[in-house]
Amino acid sequence: MALTIAAAPAKAETIEVTIEKLVFSPASIEAKVGDTIEWVNKDVFAHTATVKGDWEVMIPPKTSASMILQKAEAFDYFCRFHPNMKGRLTVTSP
Amino acid sequence: MFIRSTTALAALFLLSAATLAQASDKPSDPQIAHIAYTAGVLDVEAAVQALKKSKNKEILDFAKDMVRDHEAVNKQALDLVKKLNVTPEDNATSKALTKVADEERAKLAKLDGAAFDKAYVDNEVAYHKQVNGALETLLIPSAENAELKSLLETGLKLFQGHEQHAEHVAGMLK
Ligand SMILES: [Cu+2]
Repeated sequence: MALTIAAAPAKAETIEVTIEKLVFSPASIEAKVGDTIEWVNKDVFAHTATVKGDWEVMIPPKTSASMILQKAEAFDYFCRFHPNMKGRLTVTSP
Repeated sequence: MFIRSTTALAALFLLSAATLAQASDKPSDPQIAHIAYTAGVLDVEAAVQALKKSKNKEILDFAKDMVRDHEAVNKQALDLVKKLNVTPEDNATSKALTKVADEERAKLAKLDGAAFDKAYVDNEVAYHKQVNGALETLLIPSAENAELKSLLETGLKLFQGHEQHAEHVAGMLK
């Protein structure tokens, strides 16, 4: 029985990152390939989640934006408009 | 020119801090609200000038970001002073900030092309640095009202972000 549960593929999850007062929280996230990261922007400012030369998610004021994680990799991301805003994303295989 | 204007701004803040220290020990909340609001308005004016004069995409994008962010934070500031029933009060620091910014804009008006772009972004770095210094050492510690203090703290993070963004743009111009 335990074996069956362990062998069943993990369900994809949605992980929420809140942006408030120019801070990503939690700042560090662990997720699996196939999970969705949703950034919820509570600020009146537009922000981005950017990995230089790789990808960027725009998060307009008072809205949210999401991204499905495609590959197992660790990322340091930042906001292009406010580079003092930093976050980390560690993606592992499911 | 860059060094000279930075020094002038540094001197200005020392001077205003000293002036305010003489008048009373620290600026009042209505004065702090006025200074913070003025600092945002002046940066929007600098950005509007850049939007008219520059043809560089990095500069234009940066200037648009400045207009958008500073207008957003100043709208929050206006909503807060209304809620707190505080009337922002003009003061020596606001006047001195405005005077220096007017002079800088007049200098920038005479420049064009790459020379303008460089002078604008260098001044943005220096300006945000100086406002951050004033927020950290004078305005935030002096603020009495908790909501005003909290808004100033958000403003500090915003200005620090802009300073890094401006440094990044300055690096790309080289
Ligand atoms: Cu941001």
